[in-house]
Amino acid sequence: MIGFAFWRNGLALALVCLIIIAVALRAVHNDYAFFLGYIVFQYGALAIAWNILGGYAGFVNFGAGAFFAAGAYATVALNKALALPLPICVLAGGCAGAGLGLIMGSLTLRLRGVYFAISTLSLSVVLQTLIVNWSYVGGSSGAYIVRPKAIAPFTSYTEFLCLLMFVIAATAALIAAAIERSSIGFGLAAIRDDEAAAAALGVPTLRLKLLAATTSGAIMGMAGAPLPFYNSYLNPDSAFAVGYTINAMAMPLVGGTQSWLGPVLGALLLGSIQQLAVAFVSSSASLALIGLVFMGFVALAPQGLLGLFRLRRAEGAGR
Amino acid sequence: MTAPLLQVHNLSKRFGGFVAVDDVSLCVAPGERIGLIGPNGSGKSTFVNCLGGALARHDGVVAFAGRDLAGLPPYRRARLGLARTFQLPRAFASLTVRENVEVPFRFLDAGGGPASERAQDQLERVGLGDKARLRPRDLTQVDLRRLELARALACRPKLLFADEAMAGLSHAEADDILALLFRANADDGVAIVMIEHIMRAVTAFSERLVAFVAGRKIADGPTAEVLRMKDVEAAYLGD
Amino acid sequence: MNLDPVLIVNACASGLLLGAFYAMAAAGLAISFGLLDIVNIAHPALMVAAAFVVAALTGGTALDPLLASLLIAPLFALFGAGLYRLYHFFFERRGDESIRGLAFFFGLMFLIEVSLLLLWGVDQQYANALYSSGVLSVGKVDFPLRMLVPALCALATFATLSAFLKLTFVGRAISAVAQDREALRLMGIDPVRIKTIAFALSVGLAALAGGALIVIQPVDSSSAQIFVGRLFAIVIMGGLGSLPGTMIAGLLFGVIEDLTATLIGPSWSPAVAFGLLLGFLALRPRGLFGAPP
Repeated sequence: MIGFAFWRNGLALALVCLIIIAVALRAVHNDYAFFLGYIVFQYGALAIAWNILGGYAGFVNFGAGAFFAAGAYATVALNKALALPLPICVLAGGCAGAGLGLIMGSLTLRLRGVYFAISTLSLSVVLQTLIVNWSYVGGSSGAYIVRPKAIAPFTSYTEFLCLLMFVIAATAALIAAAIERSSIGFGLAAIRDDEAAAAALGVPTLRLKLLAATTSGAIMGMAGAPLPFYNSYLNPDSAFAVGYTINAMAMPLVGGTQSWLGPVLGALLLGSIQQLAVAFVSSSASLALIGLVFMGFVALAPQGLLGLFRLRRAEGAGR
Repeated sequence: MTAPLLQVHNLSKRFGGFVAVDDVSLCVAPGERIGLIGPNGSGKSTFVNCLGGALARHDGVVAFAGRDLAGLPPYRRARLGLARTFQLPRAFASLTVRENVEVPFRFLDAGGGPASERAQDQLERVGLGDKARLRPRDLTQVDLRRLELARALACRPKLLFADEAMAGLSHAEADDILALLFRANADDGVAIVMIEHIMRAVTAFSERLVAFVAGRKIADGPTAEVLRMKDVEAAYLGD
Repeated sequence: MNLDPVLIVNACASGLLLGAFYAMAAAGLAISFGLLDIVNIAHPALMVAAAFVVAALTGGTALDPLLASLLIAPLFALFGAGLYRLYHFFFERRGDESIRGLAFFFGLMFLIEVSLLLLWGVDQQYANALYSSGVLSVGKVDFPLRMLVPALCALATFATLSAFLKLTFVGRAISAVAQDREALRLMGIDPVRIKTIAFALSVGLAALAGGALIVIQPVDSSSAQIFVGRLFAIVIMGGLGSLPGTMIAGLLFGVIEDLTATLIGPSWSPAVAFGLLLGFLALRPRGLFGAPP
């Protein structure tokens, strides 16, 4: 159940992990470690967020990249207009993603899941069109962001970004864990398994679906918000890169959709594989690999690795 | 004369050119036991779907506990006390048996105590107490029906539509389910509309019998009388 | 906004031509999604892949792109048959939620896009036909031949398809399997076989559309993305399961999109598709000619 104990323990655990990671990464004494950490935590957050609507509720979002990019461009716009510091931009990115999720959800979540999925597919294209035509954020040529030199007590700005992204990922995990244990999680599972039966038993289906869509969108927006500072530059091609969408889906699918651990596992696994592929082959090849892995799991092991593990354990225990 | 619990006035439901339910009116009093019979395709399940809120667009007025149900989504109707089971049991496959029953307790807030305890209680009452940790896929047909009823009764309904809760069960198994329905009616005062083809069960259970044929209500009265009617006999010739 | 009437009439004319092409592109989807309830998101990607192949074939030769697409269509249809069997084995057979099948086709779409990128790079592909630069002028209205010829072929394809579905045994079985699988089985017809044929047909149509596409405009590996919104918008607008509805929706869509491009700006085309898609889903999900819920 969700009570004071849950939040206290969760925050304590997150804080401990933060300290361990901060110390470990600094010990490595290489800026690349911070880059890598940023990427892994970013994908972790994205995957956990996607899973809230996709895994818990069963509504597949094919346009995760749109929510991610919304967060990135919220940063660009706010930074240009008000020179707001990054943490505020992260919250704004969250709002942008939440708003998008709420609007999309209100329009399409009353219908069958496939219609929501199809709509999210077009969302990416449309949002990209809007951004390309919006000269304030640089249109198709993109916008430059001035990175602060460094913020004490961090050795470099990249270190700050990396740890900030960890905080975002930890927040995502806490929210997801809270949902899992609460009545909301029960309701979403019921909706996923049989929406009509859930409604007949008193589950406010539309409300819960909108909640999941909004929460999912908010976290994805937060995950995208630091991107302009990470690259010092943002243009539509990089913000809407197809890799974000496919990974947001593949990572929970591979890791396991039943809990927040699955996306984390998927992020670690697929993130590492991709970095290797990019380093040794090419980025297109790494994407192709992810695509194949994705299709393989969809067909053969839709419960992901955690699901297989649970199944093996249940069979071993002898029901 | 107590106020009727459910009042249906001139309900009609059309699918394109096909009229599934044709101008049906019905009243149900609190605590009543009603049987709803009719050949396959006579519109009984469509009728229940309209009342439950799954089919939102239909002609006619439905009032429950004094409230007009028009525009209310299914979960709000459940909250008012209108529950239903489904013809084919629709358990939540990824939840345990107990968690299945917890769902209505968590969302309908009818009473106190942690949902898991109340769910366990409810399971005991239908005879599934020792199967609480199993998954629906591990249950037998009759146990699935028990689960379906347990969930619906967990809504603490005033009115329950039991849609073919005994279909495909053996004589003894059907009697078990029948006993559950009797108990819910006697102990908790739940009005029950039993939609069933098993005439033995319907006649034993119902105070009143309603008969549908091709979407229209052709009979509505005390059980014995209705069974003697020529039209009802004709509809069931060869059944 | 430039409201010159000649401009508007020309926009409508080219919109109709484009719309006819869109309708043919959507016809395959009308079959797989509308009739078979298989949400083949990869349909536009298959069309774009066919366009790439046609471009490669006609590159050095004097082969007409539309003719080339006719030649490769059977190969694509064969691929479609195999694809359906895979889909059926992994998803349909288990009675699984169509969401997983959806994810499968999304993966396929993604793989096709990445494969095209790997094989051909980021450059645009194009194909020239004999009539690519010709224009038929009727008064003040211009009909560019590179759009007129594919449009006429699209109409012919559509007519043939409709006749096939209404008049032949297999065609009627396909329409029937959409409505009642059990009845088909009771008649001794294997629904899986019919669906295989139907799905193969839909992919073959995608290939034909690919040939038309590359005559009308150049393509690159990411072209499929915008077509997903367009084609699904058209199929939903027309009403699932209504082939004539798809044609009318396609023509309507083409005109709306072209008018928007002319009056507001060409980069707003994706917004048109999205707007119509969401609009219909929110207000009238059964489309213009679909069966009421």
